Amino acid sequence: MSEMIYQLKDLKVSFPDMSKKPLLGAAPRIDVLKGLTFDIPKGEVLGIVGGSGSGKSTLGRALIRLIEPDDGAILFEGTDITHLGEDRLRPLRRRFQMIFQDPMSSLNPRRRVGGIIAGPLKLQGLDNVKGRVDEALDMVGLPRSFASRYPHELSGGQRQRVGIARAIALKPDFILADEIVSGLDVSSQAQVLNLLESLVQDLGLTLAFISHDLSVIRRLCTRILVLYQGEIVENAETPALFADPKAAYTRTLLDAIPLPDPAQAWF
Amino acid sequence: MLDARGQIRRLPGVRLWLSGGWLALLVLAAIFAPLISPHDPLAQDLFAGRLPPVWEQGSDPAFLLGTDSLGRDVLSRMLYGARLALIVALVAGTLTCLIGATLGLIAGFFRGWADLIISRLIDIWMAFPPVLFAILLIAVIGTGLTSVIVAIVVIDWTRFARVVRAEAMSQGAMDYVASAQVAGRGRLGTAMTEILPNVLPTIVALLTLEMGIAIIVEAILSFVNLSISTDQPTWGGMIAEGRASIYQAWWVLVFPLFTLFLTVLSFSQFGEGLKEHFDPVLR
Ligand SMILES: Nc1ncnc2c1ncn2[C@@H]1O[C@H](COP(=O)(O)OP(=O)(O)O)[C@@H](O)[C@H]1O
Ligand SMILES: [Mg+2]
Repeated sequence: MSEMIYQLKDLKVSFPDMSKKPLLGAAPRIDVLKGLTFDIPKGEVLGIVGGSGSGKSTLGRALIRLIEPDDGAILFEGTDITHLGEDRLRPLRRRFQMIFQDPMSSLNPRRRVGGIIAGPLKLQGLDNVKGRVDEALDMVGLPRSFASRYPHELSGGQRQRVGIARAIALKPDFILADEIVSGLDVSSQAQVLNLLESLVQDLGLTLAFISHDLSVIRRLCTRILVLYQGEIVENAETPALFADPKAAYTRTLLDAIPLPDPAQAWF
Repeated sequence: MLDARGQIRRLPGVRLWLSGGWLALLVLAAIFAPLISPHDPLAQDLFAGRLPPVWEQGSDPAFLLGTDSLGRDVLSRMLYGARLALIVALVAGTLTCLIGATLGLIAGFFRGWADLIISRLIDIWMAFPPVLFAILLIAVIGTGLTSVIVAIVVIDWTRFARVVRAEAMSQGAMDYVASAQVAGRGRLGTAMTEILPNVLPTIVALLTLEMGIAIIVEAILSFVNLSISTDQPTWGGMIAEGRASIYQAWWVLVFPLFTLFLTVLSFSQFGEGLKEHFDPVLR
């Protein structure tokens, strides 16, 4: 049991449906996650796939407790964090971090890169902040001089590296990456994925990688969770899922992947 | 990696220097008014009434910009008037900004019932015509410098609250706010260290605009004789008096009016210039 970094039991999340809110009284709620049960072993790279609106981001945000679940339980290294208040979460927050989809939105435009990476370090009361910022920049392959730049002075790929640097600077045990390459051009995508791959190996991270792109997930992940309308339709090791998809929805996802070799399509 | 993007600096804005220069001049004039005024601004000389400025025929070189119908020196009155104009601009502008921006930030970022109350208040305030509101208010609380400042603050805080609320709401939806939460920063800390720096350029531009507006409001109140007091020289008071003798002595109206215009313009341009020059995102 102790090798599990996360254990989820019947996790349910719903949002109020403001478009159907009556004039008086509470809005009806839409169930976005309809009872998810699964574990994430330490050191695993878990891919979370599913169509748009299937609840991937909601699941991710519940894992790092940006959202409080309605029902069920989330255990992080055995501690129940399902309904912990922000004060009780604060010391734990250092250990689960997030990389966001859009670095233009996730990096404060009026802060320098150095300040952006240093912010969480100072908040968590760590020493030698300057040294840690330099180390994080080294690890993501950005020159240390970038610490004095503003986000808009960087390219898309460089910005996403800053987002990664901010997350790993805290030396977390778990990182959630939500569609972190979908805003980038193909060559920056490849670079960021390579970087993530080597960081996972070097730091012994556990990673949850959200994407709607199975070919990206296949390269990076050891296990894949397929979400469809807020439910898990398949949860299997990557080779098994590609060799023998069990759910019909997984098969349609697999069929949608463009084949790497165009000649294959003729056979 | 060589990349010059970080090193680019624009030339200091002409806008900033021109408007800043005029405002600096005005501040100096206000501070040193007793030293540089050629005459007592209140001294009347009925035999020297309506003297034109020096470059016109029939002028007296002792009165550079001429005299009004009571023989008071226009230049000296304008210098002393700068004092009141700047006090009203700075005090009323700053107070309006502090109150309005704070309420706007609370409503826009913390939302909830605070937003409900503040938004309703703004709606109610917007229903009053501002000048009428000011006149009514002064009529109730009495004239004087403090009343003018109070009236401006009470009427105009919504200008800041509305804009800052909208801005804080859009900034609050950005992922850097979620990112601060992931790092363990509380809501208040996030408001001060993440949201405020992003709303600040807007606040500064609004603040200087408000300083200009405060001067205009003071002038309007002087015009209807509800401002500070009749024996202290104010630009608005001079314009009101000058209007009565516009055909006989245009200078009594034109000089203070032009100064007022230039000052209000400088305030708003100064704000824009500051924003342009110091905001890292625009720079
Ligand atoms: N804060 C929210 N308020 C209301 N509805 C939300 C909110 N966040 C997500 N949803 C809804 O939940 C569903 C799942 O969203 P999301 O988890 O973002 O999907 P995905 O990331 O898989 O595209 C969508 O229908 C979305 O409209
Ligand atoms: Mg999403």
